[in-house]
Amino acid sequence: MASSLLSPSFTSFLRTKKDLSLYAFSSQRCFKAVPKGIRCSVAAPQRQPSTTGSVRTAMTMTEKILARASEKAQLSPGDNVWVNVDILMTHDVCGPGSIGIFKKEFGEDAKVWDREKLVIIPDHYIFTSDERANRNVDILRDFCHEQNIKYFYDIKDLSNFKANPDYKGVCHVALAQEGHCRPGEVLLGTDSHTCTAGAFGQFATGIGNTDAGFVLGTGKLLLKVPPTLRFVMDGEMPDYLLSKDLILQIIGEISVAGATYKAMEFVGTTVESLTMEERMTLCNMVVEAGGKNGVVPADSTTFKYLEGKTSLPYEPVYSDQKAGFLSEYRFDVSKLEPVVAKPHSPDNRALARECKDVKINRVYIGSCTGGKTEDFMAAAKVFLASGKKVKVPTFLVPATQKVWMDIYSIPVPGSGGKTCSQIFEEAGCDTPASPSCGACLGGPKDTYARMNEPQVCVSTTNRNFPGRMGHKEGQIYLASPYTAAASALTGYVTDPREFLQ
Amino acid sequence: MKTMASLFSATATVIPRNLAVSSSGKRFVGHSLLSSSSPPFLSFPTPKSNPRNRLTVSLQSPRAQSSASSSPSATFHGLCYVVGDNIDTDQIIPAEYLTLVPSKPDEYEKLGSYALVGLPASYATRFIEPGETKTKYAIVIGGANFGCGSSREHAPVALGASGAAAVVAESYARIFFRNSVATGEVYPLESETRLCEECRTGDVVTIELGESRLINHTTGKEYRLKPIGDAGPVIEAGGIFAYARKSGMIPSR
Repeated sequence: MASSLLSPSFTSFLRTKKDLSLYAFSSQRCFKAVPKGIRCSVAAPQRQPSTTGSVRTAMTMTEKILARASEKAQLSPGDNVWVNVDILMTHDVCGPGSIGIFKKEFGEDAKVWDREKLVIIPDHYIFTSDERANRNVDILRDFCHEQNIKYFYDIKDLSNFKANPDYKGVCHVALAQEGHCRPGEVLLGTDSHTCTAGAFGQFATGIGNTDAGFVLGTGKLLLKVPPTLRFVMDGEMPDYLLSKDLILQIIGEISVAGATYKAMEFVGTTVESLTMEERMTLCNMVVEAGGKNGVVPADSTTFKYLEGKTSLPYEPVYSDQKAGFLSEYRFDVSKLEPVVAKPHSPDNRALARECKDVKINRVYIGSCTGGKTEDFMAAAKVFLASGKKVKVPTFLVPATQKVWMDIYSIPVPGSGGKTCSQIFEEAGCDTPASPSCGACLGGPKDTYARMNEPQVCVSTTNRNFPGRMGHKEGQIYLASPYTAAASALTGYVTDPREFLQ
Repeated sequence: MKTMASLFSATATVIPRNLAVSSSGKRFVGHSLLSSSSPPFLSFPTPKSNPRNRLTVSLQSPRAQSSASSSPSATFHGLCYVVGDNIDTDQIIPAEYLTLVPSKPDEYEKLGSYALVGLPASYATRFIEPGETKTKYAIVIGGANFGCGSSREHAPVALGASGAAAVVAESYARIFFRNSVATGEVYPLESETRLCEECRTGDVVTIELGESRLINHTTGKEYRLKPIGDAGPVIEAGGIFAYARKSGMIPSR
């Protein structure tokens, strides 16, 4: 926590060049070329340094994306530019307010700038009897009908999510699954975890209602170009680690304000080996370090994921070898251990094994961070390896309807054909719930698995500030799906190596 | 959104900016978020939309009214409420209240009544006293990384709707800072020193924006603030839309 004091303070998004003087305080400033031997996929054959026009000075990929979107040949950190937005996403919590601002400022009869570039995804407070929450989804529906919005993932029958074929669930996972995330593009959303989409090699960040109202009317937003922190992760990923361990490791290193106003670029052989869902976990939590956006260079893994998901052309961009990075951090991933973030801050890092005496009351697996198909596959792997039953209530909330179907249909490797759902049932977990943001952020009092008592929870979610999952005195240990499942089996915070080795 | 009446009733100790300021006579016409030329979609300037002529028209908010004076001269005076580091948006406005839509006037008021209700019980003195809907603290003083967490605009809105005029913190999370400016709900000011360890809840303080100074009358000490810069006029106008209309970037209505 105290380490946040060490971070440089970028005081105002409106300042421009003056902030550059702050860079002088960073002793780690690195303008070196990528060292030999670290041949990232970023240097893949499809690379075209001139994709943003005539490159006079080397740029990072974040700078290049913003340059293209602002129709400029060259950008530097600190520049304020008007950016053309490729996709604007909003949901039931911030959509109604954004729509309210749009109507107030542009007129009751105004039309959104592009009916095919707005994606509206109800996901936060869906399965609740809270009337205002239900009304907010109605507001979204009315607006989408009025504006003829192409991508609206509606839900009407709250008693059975499966009766709603259009309904997806958690917006950040749905955006990827539905093909709205594309390399080189700019995606803004009224949710801080919009940064998840940086996994696709695009610029993605969270904005407020007023900014979203502006984008609704104009398709543009004034953005400040962030300097980039580069994280080089090399080495073979041990089979007891997940991407969640990597990002908790990083946040513990740089603090919850260590990347404020900055881009976080993830490269290295480990990152290249990660699946898209694991890259999404990495980028998802950059905002927990204060980051403006996270990016992973697009490569064959990205392109393969996108096959059949989008018919729109896209053009990836990559950091130049001589691009300027504010600082560079290097990790030998093969030496890392499973970690948790202790209450009440995502940077309160500890090794999972150091917390083995922490008794817990429950485990939660879900959210945009830890509720994807592979997260449940990972948890199932631990349950399968142990063959035991959970000792505390274990709540499972698939992020989307697709994830829910995967849980019930995809066989878990080494299980003799069992699905996740069968393994979870045998382990004594709660039945997988209806897909939504669920109790990750508490929500209305009747939200499934909301922490209404001051309990101790190991969770695959993203935040553990006081009150985040409901009760202000609740204690949340953020962890990987491996660690969460292992902890469920013992009733204590547990290093997954106890079951995986 | 915020009415004059609500500001007065909310913060009796706050001197309304348009009364407290000593106008320097300067206007901020020509202030711009943009260092370069405006993009085509924003350039609708006409002589009639000159803010000088529009001042009496756009009186939706006290911020708009106080635009008669130059914003850097504004002064806030009142009690302060002191919090620590990393006050996240769940503590400013817990997620269960996010069903309230800030653009609806009655729900805006309700959001205000829940401001900082998410602070742990260790904060024995509450920002809004039981049974009240407004705060008696005009100024919130925080540590590092104020407003971290989610992008919910409900956070600066709740503070503004509660009657607070300014936050003074060591540093801000990016989205909270931007939302504060975009909405014009609350001034996100930065201190040069760690004021959350220098001030106590209930101290009487004055902020002089023009001087970038905070005076703690209870302790008799003065502190430097970092200049709010070009964000000041935007907040003073009542947010980016009000500012853009006033400065002729988008047409007035």
